[in-house]
Amino acid sequence: MQALYAQLLVGLINGSFYALLSLGLAVIFGMLNIINFAHGALYMMGAFCAYFLLNIAGINYWWALIIAPIVVGIFGMILERTMLQWLSGLDHVYGLLLTFGIALIIQGVFQNYFGSSGLPYQIPDALRGGMNLGFMFLPVYRGWVVVFSLVICVATWFLIEKTQLGAYLRAATENPTLVRAFGINVPRMITLTYGLGVGLAALAGVLSAPINQVRPLMGADLIIVVFAVVVIGGMGSIMGSVITGFALGVIEGLTKYFYPEASNTVVFVLMVLVLLVKPTGLTGRAA
Amino acid sequence: MPELKMAQAPAAKPAAAPVLAVQDLQAWYGESHILHGINFNVNAGEVVTLLGRNGAGKTTTLKSVMGIIGKRSGSIRFENQEIIRASSDRIARMGIAFCPEERGIFSSLDVRENLLLPPTVRAGGLSLDQIFDLFPNLKERLTSQGTKLSGGEQQMLAIARILRTGARFLMLDEPTEGLAPVIIQQIGHTIARLKSEGFTILLVEQNFRFASTVADRYYIVEHGKVIDGFANSELSANMDKLHTYLGV
Repeated sequence: MQALYAQLLVGLINGSFYALLSLGLAVIFGMLNIINFAHGALYMMGAFCAYFLLNIAGINYWWALIIAPIVVGIFGMILERTMLQWLSGLDHVYGLLLTFGIALIIQGVFQNYFGSSGLPYQIPDALRGGMNLGFMFLPVYRGWVVVFSLVICVATWFLIEKTQLGAYLRAATENPTLVRAFGINVPRMITLTYGLGVGLAALAGVLSAPINQVRPLMGADLIIVVFAVVVIGGMGSIMGSVITGFALGVIEGLTKYFYPEASNTVVFVLMVLVLLVKPTGLTGRAA
Repeated sequence: MPELKMAQAPAAKPAAAPVLAVQDLQAWYGESHILHGINFNVNAGEVVTLLGRNGAGKTTTLKSVMGIIGKRSGSIRFENQEIIRASSDRIARMGIAFCPEERGIFSSLDVRENLLLPPTVRAGGLSLDQIFDLFPNLKERLTSQGTKLSGGEQQMLAIARILRTGARFLMLDEPTEGLAPVIIQQIGHTIARLKSEGFTILLVEQNFRFASTVADRYYIVEHGKVIDGFANSELSANMDKLHTYLGV
């Protein structure tokens, strides 16, 4: 039983990262119509940013949670202004190729300086140790990651579904020309949206640094699964991508317990099944 | 007080510069040249209607004024400022509001969000109470999904949301298209009331009967050019010509 709970927890942790990353991908896809293959590299940059802050500037984890998403978000906004914006109106393939290329360049640069092995990042003091829940032992940091990710996902959902800014965003996703003709600076909003999605990826990177170590390819390994999550959940939906992210993490964890051989493929098997039955994804709207 | 001044200005100085002056406007959709030199004026407080057959260039003219046609040349002056090169968000913030032919109600927004979407560009827009006074149906449907409304209600919502913004120059693209006579009548009353409150309105219409109940002046658009224009008072004298132009 202990092993089952442990795998469930691992599933929830992975689900947290899937949710944060697929949420960012969904927001970016909705607004920019770009399948952001650079997402994994930007997640990795978030983790490296936390690592540099701690080891070069002596800035701790808590500040890194704020600073890294902002720094990487600004980097993302520069990418959008200088490159991605020129792809608006073109076929998805161009955005996919460009962001894939950007991801390879970023990962290549980091590999060149840091190799492929992991750099350690200490769990902050306040989150060390664990709690005995009676039925299992819960490392505090892992519990924190799950809860904090959930809070961020709900906050992002609230921002998009319940605020005036979110209404601009949803409206501009449907009809950017008309929203602009109402007096809203849509190009600036697109840049900020990309910054937001990228910032979420960087935040996930910081959260993951103490668990998974900081590696140049940490995002490349993760992003493949995240894209499967996005396909299963459906590209357009915010809540859908969050729920699917957590759910698939848990399913993966359960598979590790009941049938470990399939744990690496279960997400992709589910993706194939969803594509056969409902090609727009579980929560996606028909095009 | 300001209301009074606005109403007096055109009467005291009939030669005052028009609110909107369009000269030799040309516009392109991609490679195809749609407008070949459009010329017309709209004065403060007027309702001016662009008439013409399908595909004549009426909608493209409105979109060009709004700045949402990629390539355009010539001159569009709004309140004495050249806006031919301005972006559409800037044009909107100068006080021009656009109600598109397809209405543009957002399906991912409910009625309230649709209504509150366009930001205020100037002081003096209609309050929500005034809007519900004009369109009582909307008040009862505030939490419905925008596109779940009937066609008539969607048209009312599309007009209502631009009245909140404080823009005093409205461009309405075929507001009566596909609607039942009783709703057309309601929209006619709305336009008359907006006019009496000092709004300036540029209207595109296929429904000539409707246009004649609200318009002060007409321009005829054909093949991307304005080929004729006359006041409502000259309407009966121009009826024959009009039938030829519109093919009705």
